[in-house]
Amino acid sequence: MSVILSMNGITKAFAGVKALDNVSIQVQRGEVHAICGENGAGKSTLMKVLSGVYPHGTFDGTIEFDGHPAEYRSINDSEHDGIVIIHQELALSPYLSIAENIFLGNERAKRGIIDWDETNKEAALLLARVGLDEHPGTPVLQLGVGKQQLVEIAKALSKQVKLLILDEPTAALNDEDSAHLLSLIEHLRQQGITCIIISHKLKEIRRIADTVTILRDGKTIETFSMSEPDATEARIIRSMVGRELDHMYPERNVEIGEERFRVEGWTVRHPVDPGRLVVDNASFFVRAGEVVGFAGLMGAGRTELAMSLFGRSYGKFLSGTAYKDGKQVDLKTVTDAVDAGLAYATEDRKRFGLNLLADIATNISLASLFKLATGGVIDRDKEHAVAETFRGAMNIKASSVSQVVGGLSGGNQQKVVLSKWIFSEPDILILDEPTRGIDVGAKFEIYGIINELAAQGKAVILISSELPELLGLSDRVYAISEGRITGVLNRDEATPEALMHYMTAGKEAALS
Amino acid sequence: MSESLKLSTKAPRRTSNLRQYGILGALVMIVILFQTLTGGRLLLPGNINNLIQQNAYVLILAVGMVIVIIAGHIDLSVGSLAAMIGALVALAMTQWGVPWYLAVLLALVFGAIVGAWQGFWVAFVGIPAFIVTLAGMLLFRGLTLVLLTGGTINALPTEYVGISTGWVPGILGSIGEGRGSIDTLTLVAGVLAAVGLILQQFLARVKRNRLGLPLEGATGFWLKNLLAAAAIIALAWQLAQYRGTPLILIILAVVILAYSFVLGRTVFGRHVYAMGGNRFAAQMSGVKTRWVDFWIFVNMGVLSALAAVVTTARAGGAVASAGQGYELDAIAAVFIGGAAVTGGVGTVIGAVIGALIMGVLNMGLSILSVDAAWQQVIKGLVLLLAVAFDVISKRRATGR
Repeated sequence: MSVILSMNGITKAFAGVKALDNVSIQVQRGEVHAICGENGAGKSTLMKVLSGVYPHGTFDGTIEFDGHPAEYRSINDSEHDGIVIIHQELALSPYLSIAENIFLGNERAKRGIIDWDETNKEAALLLARVGLDEHPGTPVLQLGVGKQQLVEIAKALSKQVKLLILDEPTAALNDEDSAHLLSLIEHLRQQGITCIIISHKLKEIRRIADTVTILRDGKTIETFSMSEPDATEARIIRSMVGRELDHMYPERNVEIGEERFRVEGWTVRHPVDPGRLVVDNASFFVRAGEVVGFAGLMGAGRTELAMSLFGRSYGKFLSGTAYKDGKQVDLKTVTDAVDAGLAYATEDRKRFGLNLLADIATNISLASLFKLATGGVIDRDKEHAVAETFRGAMNIKASSVSQVVGGLSGGNQQKVVLSKWIFSEPDILILDEPTRGIDVGAKFEIYGIINELAAQGKAVILISSELPELLGLSDRVYAISEGRITGVLNRDEATPEALMHYMTAGKEAALS
Repeated sequence: MSESLKLSTKAPRRTSNLRQYGILGALVMIVILFQTLTGGRLLLPGNINNLIQQNAYVLILAVGMVIVIIAGHIDLSVGSLAAMIGALVALAMTQWGVPWYLAVLLALVFGAIVGAWQGFWVAFVGIPAFIVTLAGMLLFRGLTLVLLTGGTINALPTEYVGISTGWVPGILGSIGEGRGSIDTLTLVAGVLAAVGLILQQFLARVKRNRLGLPLEGATGFWLKNLLAAAAIIALAWQLAQYRGTPLILIILAVVILAYSFVLGRTVFGRHVYAMGGNRFAAQMSGVKTRWVDFWIFVNMGVLSALAAVVTTARAGGAVASAGQGYELDAIAAVFIGGAAVTGGVGTVIGAVIGALIMGVLNMGLSILSVDAAWQQVIKGLVLLLAVAFDVISKRRATGR
C-alpha cells in the first residue's frame, strides 16, 4: 500500500483561536480511514482545509495528494484532483432529476447544448454502481435521504473520484439505508477508491474502517489500525475525551427539591422522513434546584426532544406525556408550554432566538409582553426599565438597551436570549448549547447565571456538546444516542469516558 | 479573542432614526425645490388644500400597507378592492336607498370580510400573500365590472361627497372679510394641536426622567418639537386662508395617530415587528403568527374600504376603472418611507412622509405642466433611488 494523502503540520486559526493545531494525517491508498472526535474537535475544519474551502495560504502546513503537493484554492481545484466531499446536509437541487443532479456543473454537453441520451445513459451506469434502482429522470425531491445520499455518491463517481470524504454519512439515515451505505463503501474500497469517513458511530467504524485517527481540541491524538489487538471502542472513547477538567465551573450549594417536571415515553417522528424516529420513547425528570444535563453527539436528538417539548416546534409528535409538579400538562403550542412554566433558549439564536433587527429591550420583552401591557397597550417605559435591570444583572455589554441586537457579540446576544426567558419567569428552563460560539469570559458568566437559576429553585435542563461543561454544571446527566436515552449518571459517577460510552452506545442500549 | 469585551461601536437604532430624519429632509428639500421652481405656487393655500384631498387615499392605503410590509407580506389587491367597495357603496346609496352613513359602515364591514377572506388564504392555508392578493386584484376588478355592468354611478348624496370635498364649518367666524379672510376655527385648532404636541412630548420626557431612563439632548428635543409645532401652525395658517380645515384632514389625522399608536405601543404592533424581523423566533416566543397575519389582512381590507369611500366621495361617483395603480402608489410610499423589503422595519410616519413625497412630486410636476409620461419616469427613479439609498447605507452599516 502507498500513501495517497499526507497532511502535515496543519494549523488553522480563526481570529487567534487555533481550530487546528499541528494536525498530521496519513491516508493509505484504498483504505477506509475514519476520523473521530467530539463536536468541535476540528474534523470538519480539517476536511475544509483539504478540499480547498479554506484556500491554500490561509493555513500553515503542507498537503500532498497522489504524489503531488496540493495547493487548492477552491473546491473546484480539489475536485479536479479527484477529492470529493459529501456533506451531512445534502446539496442536491430538489426539482432537478437524478441525472441532472449527477452532472450538475459537469454537464454532458456539446457547445452548451446538453446531450440527454448521453446524460441518462451515463447516469444509469452510475446508479447501477451505487446500487440505486431508480430511473435517472426521477426528480430528487421524490427520493428519501438515503437514496439522495447515493445520488451524491454517484455524482462523486462521475467526477472520477480518488478520495471520497463522507461527513457523518449515516447520521440522517435509518438502519436499512445505513447498512446499504456501509456495504457500498466496502464495495467502493474493492474498486480502489479511498474513503475518509467522519463518524460518531463506533459500531460503524469497527465494521468498515481500516484505520482510525482521533482528533481532540484541534490536535491529532493518535492514529491506529483497526486490526491491532487493542483497537477497541474503549480506546477510541478514551482518546476522544481524555482531557483534564479545568476548574472554571463555579461552586454551587446544591439544594435539590421536589420533582418539577417529568416526561414519559416522548416519541417524535422526523418532519419529512416518516421512517425515522428522532426521539424514541424518551423518559426523564428534573427536580427543583437541579441542573440536569443532556449529553449526545450531533444528531442524537437532544435539540429535537427539547423543541418538541416546547410546543411541538420540531417534527411530528407521536406519543408521550409531560407532567409538571405531578400534574399532566398540555404542550401543544408554544403558548401552552410557556403557560406551563417552560422556557427554551435555543441553540440557534440567530434563527430561532432573536429578532436581529430589533433592540435589546424589545427582544427581552417579546415572550412576556402581557406582563408589560394593560389592555393590549405596552408600557414602554416599564419595558425599558426591565431591560435595563437585565442589562445590569446579566452584564450585557451595550451602550443602551435601545441598541440593536444584530450588532452585539455572540456572548451578549446569548445573554439577551437568556434574559428573555428568565423574564418569562419559568419553572423549567431548557438551555440548548447556551455557550456555543462565545468566548471564555462570557461562558463563565453564563455558568454563574445557570447556577443562580438553580439556586432560585428552578429546574434547569442543560443541553451541551461540551462534556466538561456538562460534567461541571450538572447534578445528573442523561445520555442520548440515536434518539433514545441510553444512560443516566449522577454527578459523582459521571466521567467523560462513562458518558461517551452511553453517547455512542446506539439505540439497542436504550433504557427502558 | 475577548468577544464579550468587544463593544460594538455601531448604534443602528440611531441610524434608523437618522434614516427617518433623512426622509423628512428629502421631503423638505423636494418642497423647497418645487416651491422655487413654481415661483411660490406649490404652497399656495388652495394647493395645500388640494394636496391633502388628492392624496388622502394613498395616505390611508400606505398606513395599512406598511403593516403588511413590516410583517413580510405584500398586498396587490387594494386598488381593485377599493374600486369594488366604491361600486358597492354607490349602488347602496343610489339603488337600494341606504342612507350615506350606513353605506359607509357597510363599506367598512364589507372591507373587513374581504380582508378576512384574503387573510384566511395567507395565514391558514399558507399561500404567499403575493399570489393571494394578485388573485384578489383580478377577482375584485372583475366583480367591480359585474356590479357596475360597465357603466358608472353618479349623483351621490351631498353629505357623502362632503367627506372628501367638504370643510369643517367655520363656527368661530372668520378674521377679515371676503377674499383673504381667515377661518378662526382652523387657526385655533392648529394652535391647540401644536401646544398639545409639545405638552405630550414634554410630559413623556418628564416621566422618562423620573424613571431614570436615558433622555435625548434638551436642545435637540426642543428644536425638534418646536419645529414640528411651527409646521402645524403654518399648515393651519395656510388652510385658514383658503376654506378652512378639510374634513378629510380630520379623518387622516385620526387614522395616522391611531395606527402609529397601534404599531408603536400595542402588543399587536410588537408582534408584527417581531414576525417581520424573525418569524421563527417570534413563533418560538409564543407569538401566534397565523392569527397576526390574519388580522393584518382584515385591517388592510378595512383601510381599503375607507380609501374606497374617500375616492368615491372625491370623484362624486363610482367607475369600474377606479383605483387602478393605487396598490403601487401605496407600496412605493411605504418603501420610500424606509420600510425594508425583507420585513421587520418600517413606521407609519415614514409611510406618510413617503406618500407626501409622491404627492408633492405629482403636484409640483403638474403645476410645472410636465408631461404625464415624464412624471411617471421621475417617480419611478425616485422610488429606485430611495430604496437603493436604504440598501447601500444598510450594507455599509453591517460592513459587508
